[in-house]
Amino acid sequence: MRIRIMEIGVGAFLLAGIVALLMLALNVSGLKLMESNDTYRVYARFENIGGLTARSKVTMSGVLIGQVTDIRLDPEALQALVEMEISKDVDYLSIDSSASILTAGLLGEKYIGVVVGAEEEYLQDGDYFEDTQSALVLEDLIGKFLFNEVSE
Amino acid sequence: MEQFDDVIIDIQKLSFSRGDRAIYKNVDIQIPRGKITAIMGPSGTGKTTLLKLIGGQLRPESGSIFIDGKDIPRLGRRELFEMRARMGMLFQSGALFTDISVFENVAFPLRIHTDLSEEMIRDVVLMKLHAVGLRGARDLMPSELSGGMARRVALARAIALDPDIVMYDEPFTGQDPIAMGVLVNLIRRLNRALGHTSIIVSHDIQETLAIADYIYLISDSEVIARGTPEEMASESSQKVRQFIQGLPDGPVPFHFPAADYQADLLQDS
Amino acid sequence: MIELVARLGRTGLRKLEAFGLAGIILMQSLIARPAPTVMFPLVVKQIHFVGVLSLIIIVVSGLFIGMVLGLQGYTILVDYGSEQAVGQMVALSLVRELAPVVTALLFAGRAGSALTAEIGLMKATEQLSSLEMIGVDPLRRIIAPRFWAGFICLPVLATIFSLVGILGGAFVGIDWLGIYEGSFWSNMQNSVDFREDVLNGLIKAVVFGFVVTWIAVFQGYDCVPTSEGISEATTKTVVYASLSVLGLDFILTALMFGDI
Ligand SMILES: Nc1ncnc2c1ncn2[C@@H]1O[C@H](COP(=O)(O)OP(=O)(O)OP(=O)(O)O)[C@@H](O)[C@H]1O
Ligand SMILES: [Mg+2]
Repeated sequence: MRIRIMEIGVGAFLLAGIVALLMLALNVSGLKLMESNDTYRVYARFENIGGLTARSKVTMSGVLIGQVTDIRLDPEALQALVEMEISKDVDYLSIDSSASILTAGLLGEKYIGVVVGAEEEYLQDGDYFEDTQSALVLEDLIGKFLFNEVSE
Repeated sequence: MEQFDDVIIDIQKLSFSRGDRAIYKNVDIQIPRGKITAIMGPSGTGKTTLLKLIGGQLRPESGSIFIDGKDIPRLGRRELFEMRARMGMLFQSGALFTDISVFENVAFPLRIHTDLSEEMIRDVVLMKLHAVGLRGARDLMPSELSGGMARRVALARAIALDPDIVMYDEPFTGQDPIAMGVLVNLIRRLNRALGHTSIIVSHDIQETLAIADYIYLISDSEVIARGTPEEMASESSQKVRQFIQGLPDGPVPFHFPAADYQADLLQDS
Repeated sequence: MIELVARLGRTGLRKLEAFGLAGIILMQSLIARPAPTVMFPLVVKQIHFVGVLSLIIIVVSGLFIGMVLGLQGYTILVDYGSEQAVGQMVALSLVRELAPVVTALLFAGRAGSALTAEIGLMKATEQLSSLEMIGVDPLRRIIAPRFWAGFICLPVLATIFSLVGILGGAFVGIDWLGIYEGSFWSNMQNSVDFREDVLNGLIKAVVFGFVVTWIAVFQGYDCVPTSEGISEATTKTVVYASLSVLGLDFILTALMFGDI
């Protein structure tokens, strides 16, 4: 009987380990089990992505609707090409929507904010945002500010 | 010096040392099959060491130890383990497995080396425990046994597999006179009925003389006398007389090798 | 002078010999596979001893470390107005570093020392010799199951440590200091990557489990079979295992996260 109790204890212990790992995966790292199934991909070109990285948030009106999955340099346009996954539920991004790279707080992380346009047609898997706005780079801003001061 | 007709263990020119101290120097020992052979000698001469050499746990520096023609120090690992299945050893300290019960201790060799069913194992274990008078202690843990009881359980474990060769390292120490008598009888009976070859290391002269067929007396890295109990009893050599009669003064050293006593005491530390 | 060189050489050789013996023990007990029916109950028993019985200390330490991290993180981050990042900080430091390392250190102290003492005592009371005489290789019977158990238990314990620590951090951050719950968790989920962080932390734990158990088992098997010998071996286990864990942690961190 003592042996049985011990075996049950060991079984519960291992089970606890597996459950803990699952919770780490789902709740802590936010791993989605069926990731690519309920999202679609859209692209955007930016002059400058600032500190945007893969896994950065994509939001609309501050609500999370997707994430950045890949960032490449487009050798023809000589611009950054950002690939993002948008949740399938959000299928009403008109083709003239704009994507801008924003900053959370003054020094916080970069994310993409989407603002919907007026067209009746919607972005599909593989489409591009036509209207984009690059990250505000603090040094550039300061540079421009100084330049304006001088030229006045 | 007699020759045995059937030698099971044949030790030839054995040398072994611990550090700089020679425990054995070119020693020859023959153990006759199916007999009880006693190894006697002062404490610290290497009797336990001899049993470990026979069991292949220690390797001699030179010389051979043949068991049925196989040289133990030169056996491969697997052959050595097969050979050990034929041996039972009662360790001087008992060496019971402290994490399992008395019953499981005795059942252990059976579970390892046989495919007996659970009932058969139970029968054998109870038989062996009964033989040493501890059938009632089967559910105790080794830590709940007295020293003498633990030794008897260890003995039951050593003979659980009915091995060809049983080595008893001081089986009588710590036993009351009744248990002692029972053990002497048990060893003799196992030997006569089942034809075990027994090797006994013991200091209890009377008991040993009573059951041994042949005796080796070891001192100072060599065999100083060998013979049947009668021969030993009538041996005229001073060393043997001193040991058998237990006299403190004589040629057999009682002391571990040391500098002169007086010199040691007078020496400024 | 020559005496000195000779002594140095002797010490070197002895260390090398010990290392060789440790290697042999490792090989023998990993290669050795007694019938699964024999091995399974032995491993279960050892998991009980080194894993289940270590659970309490792991859970309690994890909880408090997580809570302290939450508190410290808050006091630092609140100055920059980014207290939502507490969740991210707690989770990353636990999952990547603290869980594997602290678990391994506690494991070395609790289970490692017990392993060494147990095996050393078995040696001192001739139980290992007695196994050999029964024809059982003590490496397979005694060492191997303990090895596997350590190997299995440490990752499990580290995972539980992480989870409990994060819950502790969340408790302090959300319920006590009043960080907004949604941003606490979403911040965490956004910055913790399963493969990069969780799995790498788990790999660390596996490596530590391996090393700590190896050291503990070797020290026990190699100890001088007396009370002093055993106590010395136990101390050595804790010291060597802790140092190895810290050193290895640096190397592993450099390999895993160094090139970002
Ligand atoms: N592990 C060891 N390391 C070094 N020396 C040892 C070791 N074991 C035993 N010795 C030495 O070997 C010698 C023989 O030891 P052994 O145990 O064989 O004696 P013994 O004849 O069985 O004595 P006793 O009758 O007291 O049991 C002793 O003098 C002891 O000092
Ligand atoms: Mg002895």
